[in-house]
Amino acid sequence: MTRRIRSYAEVADVGGSDIGAQVAAQAERLTRRLAGIAHVVAVASGKGGVGKSFVTANLAAALVQRGHRVGVVDADVNGPTTALMLGAARAPLAIADDGVRPAATAAGCTLMSMDLLLASAEAPVRWREPADAGFVWQSTLETGALREFIADTAWGELDYLLVDLPPGTDRITRLLTLVPQPAALLLVTTPSAAATAVVARSITHARHAGVHDVALVSNMDGFACATCGTANHLFGDSSGAALAERMQLPLWGTIPFDAAVGADTDRGRPVILAAPHTAAARAIAAVARVLDDHVRTRVARTTAATAP
Amino acid sequence: MKFLCLACDTVMSFAERQLPGDGTMTAVFTCAACGREVAMLTNPMETQLVSSLGIQVGGRSVPEQPMELVRSTLATGGDAFAESAPVRVTWSDDANERLARVPTFVRGMVKRIYSDYARERGIATITPDIMDRARAELGLEGM
Repeated sequence: MTRRIRSYAEVADVGGSDIGAQVAAQAERLTRRLAGIAHVVAVASGKGGVGKSFVTANLAAALVQRGHRVGVVDADVNGPTTALMLGAARAPLAIADDGVRPAATAAGCTLMSMDLLLASAEAPVRWREPADAGFVWQSTLETGALREFIADTAWGELDYLLVDLPPGTDRITRLLTLVPQPAALLLVTTPSAAATAVVARSITHARHAGVHDVALVSNMDGFACATCGTANHLFGDSSGAALAERMQLPLWGTIPFDAAVGADTDRGRPVILAAPHTAAARAIAAVARVLDDHVRTRVARTTAATAP
Repeated sequence: MKFLCLACDTVMSFAERQLPGDGTMTAVFTCAACGREVAMLTNPMETQLVSSLGIQVGGRSVPEQPMELVRSTLATGGDAFAESAPVRVTWSDDANERLARVPTFVRGMVKRIYSDYARERGIATITPDIMDRARAELGLEGM
């Protein structure tokens, strides 16, 4: 005869560790922090090297110019670049009563990035745990780091929190475990066939995950010859617009390539501030306008749906 | 995870945690009814998986600190928060020796807890006596 042993669910006492309460406390801290943030916007791609951090840094600067309070989370834990692009590399941090104070940037937004926690500009991210078992814990730890970047940073009241995600379609899912329904998921592509193929997968991934507000930004999409002004294409005849049409996604902006923009970015000067009259700066300012319109409509829709 | 004493049908309570320093962990649970003890032994991978969740087996004796997980597990981190410290805290040789006995896995976090304790009280040098006082006041165990 099999003896009857109480199951986990039948045993009410937690026995000391109370792991459920510890996880709940983490979730509560995150919820409390997000309550002060009006709109979380994720900037992702799936593909590396398409300019996600460039778009994030400049979009943040453009939103500040529109009068918003903006914070930026560099979620690329292993290859952080947003601090460099916002002119805040190696900026000091301080612990306040309600968390870690984010770094201030010249663009007027605040920032939290792994770059600010590393010992030097050349130091890679290396964890204390033995790397030979990294496959077991690394993904969990990186998600935990992102949770802390959002929940433990004393952002104050924000209109926008932009989250700059690293390459990899799975990174979108990781963010959704923390922020289930961002105000917008901006997918950055270039017109190249390699980039659009990966971004198409990210679009499908986001739809399967139930993200409502997904839009496309096409970066390095054409350039004007500095000498004669002739319009040229970097990637043949393909375009971000074609991907948007094929995947039935709104295209919020087409940012042309500009060599001077790259140089300003490396100096920590967003093009919005360094060269506001360039086509690239105007395109990013337009993305900020569309985003503003989008969140206004979204808020109105939510308000109407919840009205008595 | 719960431990049930089958003889008493009672949930066993967490009693003690030991970190030998090789990445493994030992957690002792006791049955309040009959006094029986069991030790849960985890290998480095299991220990690290729990650690990377920001969870402490046996529960927390001090509240979770801001960015505790990143600060305690990042091996290549600098002293990013140095400028926030109003008092520069130093460690005596014997306090450093005692700290060296703490497993590397949690040493950074333990050092931070003692340093914060000292700064908040304007203590410039951490000695073994200060460590004992902090342990008593903060309810730390095995640190």
